[in-house]
Amino acid sequence: MTTTTTYQQPNAQGYYGKFGGAFIPEMLHRNVEELRSKYLDIIYDAAFQKEFRSLLHDYAGRPTPLYFAQRLSKQYGTNIYLKREDLCHTGAHKVNNTIGQILLAERLGKKRIIAETGAGQHGVATATVCALKGVECIVYMGEKDIERQAPNVARMKMLGATVIPATSGSKTLKDATNEAIRDWINNPVDTHYIIGSVVGPHPYPDMVARFQSVISEEIRWQLKEKTGSELPTHVLACVGGGSNAAGAFYHFLEEPTVQLVAIEAAGNGVHSGLSAATTQLGKPGVLHGSKSLVMQTEDGQVVEPHSISAGLDYPGIGPLHAHLFDSRRGAFLSATDEQALEAAFNLAKKEGIIPALESSHALASLEFLQPESPKPSEAPVPANAKFTKDSTVVVCLSGRGDKDMATYMKAMNIQ
Amino acid sequence: MNRINELFKRKQNGILNVYCTAGYPQLNSTVPVMEALQESGVDMIELGMPYSDPLADGPVIQASSSKALANGMTIARLFEQLRDFRKQVYVPVILMGYMNPVLQYGFEKFCQHAADAPVDGLILPDLPEYEFETEYGPIMQRYGLDFIFLVTPETSEERIRRLDSLSTGFLYAVSSSSTTGKDKDMNAVDNYLQRLQKMQLKNPVLVGFGIKDKPTFQQACSHANGAIIGTAFIKALENTPDVEGTIKKFITDIKS
Ligand SMILES: Cc1ncc(COP(=O)(O)O)c(C=O)c1O
Repeated sequence: MTTTTTYQQPNAQGYYGKFGGAFIPEMLHRNVEELRSKYLDIIYDAAFQKEFRSLLHDYAGRPTPLYFAQRLSKQYGTNIYLKREDLCHTGAHKVNNTIGQILLAERLGKKRIIAETGAGQHGVATATVCALKGVECIVYMGEKDIERQAPNVARMKMLGATVIPATSGSKTLKDATNEAIRDWINNPVDTHYIIGSVVGPHPYPDMVARFQSVISEEIRWQLKEKTGSELPTHVLACVGGGSNAAGAFYHFLEEPTVQLVAIEAAGNGVHSGLSAATTQLGKPGVLHGSKSLVMQTEDGQVVEPHSISAGLDYPGIGPLHAHLFDSRRGAFLSATDEQALEAAFNLAKKEGIIPALESSHALASLEFLQPESPKPSEAPVPANAKFTKDSTVVVCLSGRGDKDMATYMKAMNIQ
Repeated sequence: MNRINELFKRKQNGILNVYCTAGYPQLNSTVPVMEALQESGVDMIELGMPYSDPLADGPVIQASSSKALANGMTIARLFEQLRDFRKQVYVPVILMGYMNPVLQYGFEKFCQHAADAPVDGLILPDLPEYEFETEYGPIMQRYGLDFIFLVTPETSEERIRRLDSLSTGFLYAVSSSSTTGKDKDMNAVDNYLQRLQKMQLKNPVLVGFGIKDKPTFQQACSHANGAIIGTAFIKALENTPDVEGTIKKFITDIKS
């Protein structure tokens, strides 16, 4: 590759190590190239930054608190801080990215916004900023996800968005993304595609990571205020495509003392045949415009993943994360549906916070990171990834659990 | 000289290239469909390798892909089916597919088996120019396979010239920015094709996407060397009890 890469910054072709690039058909070239050639200039323009920062503050409610979770810390025998992305407007970290991208779309003169969504959080966050700016919004959502995330579908509609079911393939996030890309191919002039995670062709993974990096920017100064040091020993985040993890890791990527822990959805178990643990099950491949790790058959057909959490039900992972995994800069663990549910109920009872099912996967991994874990992890836990009583462990609580109440009610046998 | 160059040397106008999906409508219909196409007088065949996530394709070709995969089609099976197919099929054949299954098969092994079959060229719409030049292009060249780039009405003149210089065999002019199978404003297509024609490109130009019948085929041919028909052909094969008869009628209607 032509230039050296850091973890923070891909090279000129959008590669993090072996992963990334822009594997797109020619029909998308003009739009993607326009973005690539302009995104950095637009994002770092002073007027853009001023508007972006003020919307994050006044509209999204940032900075989000960094909360020392006392009872959870006691339970696990360490010091646990929760980064409260669940308190963002719309209920998840997704809005950091959609605010950034709507401002970018405005400066590119685009009049129509499309997005894909899994759990519906990114769809809601996109519909929200489109309402804010008075722009047309079309959200593609897998038919199966429309069923299991009904409240978010209603929210998108109330916000004025059109929700189009993706009926191909596994009818989940992967297929919604295919449909959004096809829409973009068919609308090459007036449309901007707001991708919801650090996936897609270059420059999306880098652009979305930059918008989400506000999470770790805040963690640094908040930790300094609380502990005297900007650096935690551990940062934990769940990974679907990897945007909340990219944001929580970003300003620690080049800090080798900070252990980065990414948690994937194991579904019924990594080797059960019903899983979404991409680093454990995937092989290098191309999905949605970038080279990364992809869950696929011997013949290179993308497989249908499974997770209880719609936001993690994705057979790929952003190229930055594939590189963190490949280079061992990050430890990649996984939590099953059952472990995530257990962690959600535990947080609710211990801290009075009902987390999103996605975020509950990150919480579940606290079990495996204890010095002597009573529960073995399916993915090997590197010895140095374990915490001690003196560790400072930041967990990115990417979203709140309102959208998952139907699942939680089922788990409690409340119909 | 390869079959594609030979064809364009012999014939510069009205070239009919038909797209079919390998393993569709039946697992073993790949070669019989190609034979029937050749028999009916098509000049070239684009053979699609089915993929679970065909981004550039509309619902009709997607459905044919899903059907082919459900029939048990794989790249390995395809190369088995193509063993000895040159005893019957002499027209140029181009394999069209997406990068992921090809990478999983092994890019070099794929090229080797494609050259052994032998097919004449490849279309991989999601292989970008940078990766073509730095990594994959030289492998295709080593195995003597043509590689065909796509251009669209949104492609700048400078970029069209670049992609033309990298392409061998022909250049694929996508009629307007869309997925496969959308109806087109043929006047706009006409302007775009005239623009391409004036550029005096190195490669012959074949027009694809939205070409579906005799009028659209003829119009496409008026400013290009020929056209590619995909969706309309796949649609004709849907639910037909008589594959051979349907193919004959479909092609005759276009060529008459
Ligand atoms: C609350 C929450 N966390 C995490 C995710 C997963 O996305 P990512 O991996 O991009 O952070 C989602 C996606 O919908 C989500 O809603």
